[in-house]
Amino acid sequence: MPHVKCLRCRECGSEYPIEPLNACEFCFGPLEVEYDYESISKAVSRESIAAGPNTMWRYHDFLPVDRELAIDISTGFTPLIHAKNLGSQLGLDKLYIKNDSVNPTYSFKDRPVSVTTTKALEFEFEVLACVSTGNLMGSVAAHGAKAGMKTMVFYPADLEQGKIQGAAVYGPTMVAVTGNYDHANRFCSELADNHRWAFVNINMRPFYAEGSKTLGYEVAEQLGWKAPDHCVVPGASGELHTKIWKGLQEFNDIGLIENLKTKMHLAQPEGCSPIVGAFETGSDHVTPVRPETLAKSLAIGNPAAGPYSLEVLKETDGTGVYAEENTIIDGIKLLAETEGIFTETAGGVVISSLKKLVEQGKIKRDEVTVAYVTGNGLKTMEAMGDFVEPIQTTPDYETFQTALAAAQKS
Amino acid sequence: MSTKRVRFTFPSELIKEPVIYKLGIDFEIVTNIRRADVRDSMGWVVLELEGDDEIIKDGLDWVASTGVRVDPVGGDIIEG
Ligand SMILES: Cc1ncc(COP(=O)(O)O)c(C=O)c1O
Ligand SMILES: [Zn+2]
Repeated sequence: MPHVKCLRCRECGSEYPIEPLNACEFCFGPLEVEYDYESISKAVSRESIAAGPNTMWRYHDFLPVDRELAIDISTGFTPLIHAKNLGSQLGLDKLYIKNDSVNPTYSFKDRPVSVTTTKALEFEFEVLACVSTGNLMGSVAAHGAKAGMKTMVFYPADLEQGKIQGAAVYGPTMVAVTGNYDHANRFCSELADNHRWAFVNINMRPFYAEGSKTLGYEVAEQLGWKAPDHCVVPGASGELHTKIWKGLQEFNDIGLIENLKTKMHLAQPEGCSPIVGAFETGSDHVTPVRPETLAKSLAIGNPAAGPYSLEVLKETDGTGVYAEENTIIDGIKLLAETEGIFTETAGGVVISSLKKLVEQGKIKRDEVTVAYVTGNGLKTMEAMGDFVEPIQTTPDYETFQTALAAAQKS
Repeated sequence: MSTKRVRFTFPSELIKEPVIYKLGIDFEIVTNIRRADVRDSMGWVVLELEGDDEIIKDGLDWVASTGVRVDPVGGDIIEG
């Protein structure tokens, strides 16, 4: 990690060495990795990046770990698709879907977890742990397996089966915590104090968060080294939203792209939209809520990066928008039926929020718009409910023809 | 004895209540405020508590019972 300087408190600016720490000793503010951008700008060019591997590790100069040590299960450099069908339905000529649901464990979480696992090995941790609403734990279990580490994953007991089995298969110790999200959350902050484990989203958080910047870099590179006019990003803790913006800013500061004017929109589900709520009332306080949403992966009531995500909305003239609960499945189906991409509930939130942004006139027909699809539909099958109504037939021609005709009439 | 880092979020109707003072007096917990932002509509305070484990637990249960939200510092850590 030749270009890393230190960890710095986002609130009071205190400086810390590169260690597994997540909060400032003085003000308890969050810590962030600080880089030597002059040295990065000497080391990278469009050509050097393009010559790198077809994974997120082509951007290793912007990450707080050594490329040679990377625990890489081939995460990143996922497709950016010109969504002509969906675009024409919504009235957008230049709509792109960043399909991050095709990562190794089927969500964008592989990006931050790949960085964190690498860093955890460097710090000589033996146990990789997390507390998760589903996607994160699958990724932690897979990366831990690849790194030869023990893994412990904690999750609220009422999670979707697809997420539980999708994590269990990699062989972690699974811990189902009874109670609501708050309980699991508090319990794990205490555990992190008492065990020498690399908790990816607690004591490893500063390193973890950096991995998501690659979703900004990739989109800019895939658009021909240009930032889009609009990004629509799903939000839970707000971290992803702020880190995509940080990625775009870094590319702009170093001169890999120019003229950064992207509006960073944030999409949350109606039943858990504390950041959007603050945006709408014009407050810079995020009032915590009790999550009650179909989009379990976005069910964070007290978002850690909420205030920073609000700052990004202000700074970029973005809009915070919520998807009504009963439109989440519509969003999933719309994307599937127009573009052949099956996303999970978080993606449904993004698509139906995108629709609202167009209706509100926030996004214009000829503007380059990127909608981030960050998780895979196969993991949240339960959310779809009973929506399949097949034509019932015996295996004979007459019955089938009659049944088909009846089905086509209705 | 142990220490605990917490964040209290006050709804507007409780902002004028001396919750932190009472936590110190009634529970014998040492309170050390590190960061705060209080407006007329709501407020939050990030602080460190020092005291007996059981007493801190009782104290925080009492704070929560007043209607003030108690969270670990740094917000929820659960993510997708
Ligand atoms: C599929 C998916 N999309 C988006 C998010 C939101 O990320 P963040 O917590 O960084 O806002 C999550 C998880 O939290 C997720 O699982
Ligand atoms: Zn600080």
